[in-house]
Amino acid sequence: MIRLSIPLRQALARLSLPVLIAVAFGTMLLGKADALLVDRARMALADALSPIYAALAEPVGAIRDVTEEVRELVRLRADNVALREENERLRRWQAAALALEGEVTLLRRQLAFTPEPAPSFRTARVVADGGGTYARAVLLAIGPNLQVRKGQVALDERGLAGRVTEIGNRSARVLLVTDINSRMPVTLEGSRARAIMAGNNSARPRLQHWPEGVLPVEGERVVTSSDQSQAFGGLPAGLPVGVVRWTPSGAAEVELYARLDRLDLLRIFDFGLAGILPPEAVARPEPRRGR
Amino acid sequence: MFGRREPAPGMMRRLDSLARAAMPFVIAAVLMMLAAAPVGVPSAVPAVALPCVFFWSVFRPAAMPPPAVFGLGLLQDLLTFSPLGIGVFILLLVHGLAMRWRRHLARQSFLVVWLAFCGFATVASGLGFALQAVLAWMVPPIVPGLHLLGLSTGLYPALAFLLTRTHAAIRAADEAA
Repeated sequence: MIRLSIPLRQALARLSLPVLIAVAFGTMLLGKADALLVDRARMALADALSPIYAALAEPVGAIRDVTEEVRELVRLRADNVALREENERLRRWQAAALALEGEVTLLRRQLAFTPEPAPSFRTARVVADGGGTYARAVLLAIGPNLQVRKGQVALDERGLAGRVTEIGNRSARVLLVTDINSRMPVTLEGSRARAIMAGNNSARPRLQHWPEGVLPVEGERVVTSSDQSQAFGGLPAGLPVGVVRWTPSGAAEVELYARLDRLDLLRIFDFGLAGILPPEAVARPEPRRGR
Repeated sequence: MFGRREPAPGMMRRLDSLARAAMPFVIAAVLMMLAAAPVGVPSAVPAVALPCVFFWSVFRPAAMPPPAVFGLGLLQDLLTFSPLGIGVFILLLVHGLAMRWRRHLARQSFLVVWLAFCGFATVASGLGFALQAVLAWMVPPIVPGLHLLGLSTGLYPALAFLLTRTHAAIRAADEAA
């Protein structure tokens, strides 16, 4: 250590503060003038300190987990109340459903009704969205042992999504019901009236051509209609589609159950019949045979 | 902790006194680094540095010489992402003013010192806001400044408790040496 005389040391001590304040201004200017240097110094410091932070991250994470746990427990109470209430409601629904089911079996027995076979389906993964010829379509990856034919309907886990329109070796294109080219026969569940659901490239397809005297009711359930005519052949009846919504401008639309904006898996229903006609068949309908 | 009944001879003794002198700086630096750890509390670094510098400047100025304050300010500026030099300047200013008024402050009760610190913190936040505005040549949001003010005044009692204990320990060790 350098030995200095006491007055000199005192003078130095008194001077150091103003000098350092001046240096502080200097660093301000330096930081303004050479941002790169400051950034490099900052990064060097961060690099040097990162092992400490990495070591700290463990206990900090543990504490955060504990607080999250506590918050979760608090939330659990409210959830429990809500769930119990919902459970109660669902129990009532279950009772109603069981009663209806019993009634249905009873009626069927009395009518000698032969039930439709439950439609079988296969599941395929959505690999690409949009694109192609259509504005609203998705691409499915189909394995070699997955038999997919044109015209089969595709549902996501909630409801109708679209129909298979093109098939390749490893993929199939599904035209979504929202596409402007899509027309689907549907049944209004309340009135059992038939209608056509026409896509218009927006999120909610329109309802068209419902029979005279019947109006779709707001909130009415819409299911697929089993139309066995040639154009719509192979469409199973009663698949859930959505609910009716009236727009402010007075058009009937269908709010779809299917979440078309986030499709990941689609169920392809096989109903045995051929689907969409080839274009030439539409252009030149077969001449009728003489009776 | 640092006290020895028998004064250690030569080298050890020098190290001992050096460690004692460096203790306040080291504590402040470590606290700042801990405050910079990602725990989700923003602007905690200046809120830790300000009480440390203020406390040592008032109660033990020898432990917090201007170069140490400069170093802490530089550390603060590098740890936070404010323009370089603002923290240095503010801490040096706080140090200088606290040094000047320490004769009055050191004799007061804790509450008065805390109130004085609130004043210091207000001035420091306001100055930081103004410097930020001048350096960036735009008006920065005012909420971080208020946040810093609240955090530093709120942290001061806890830090002062810790630092008072350290101060007493250092003094006891000094007297023993």
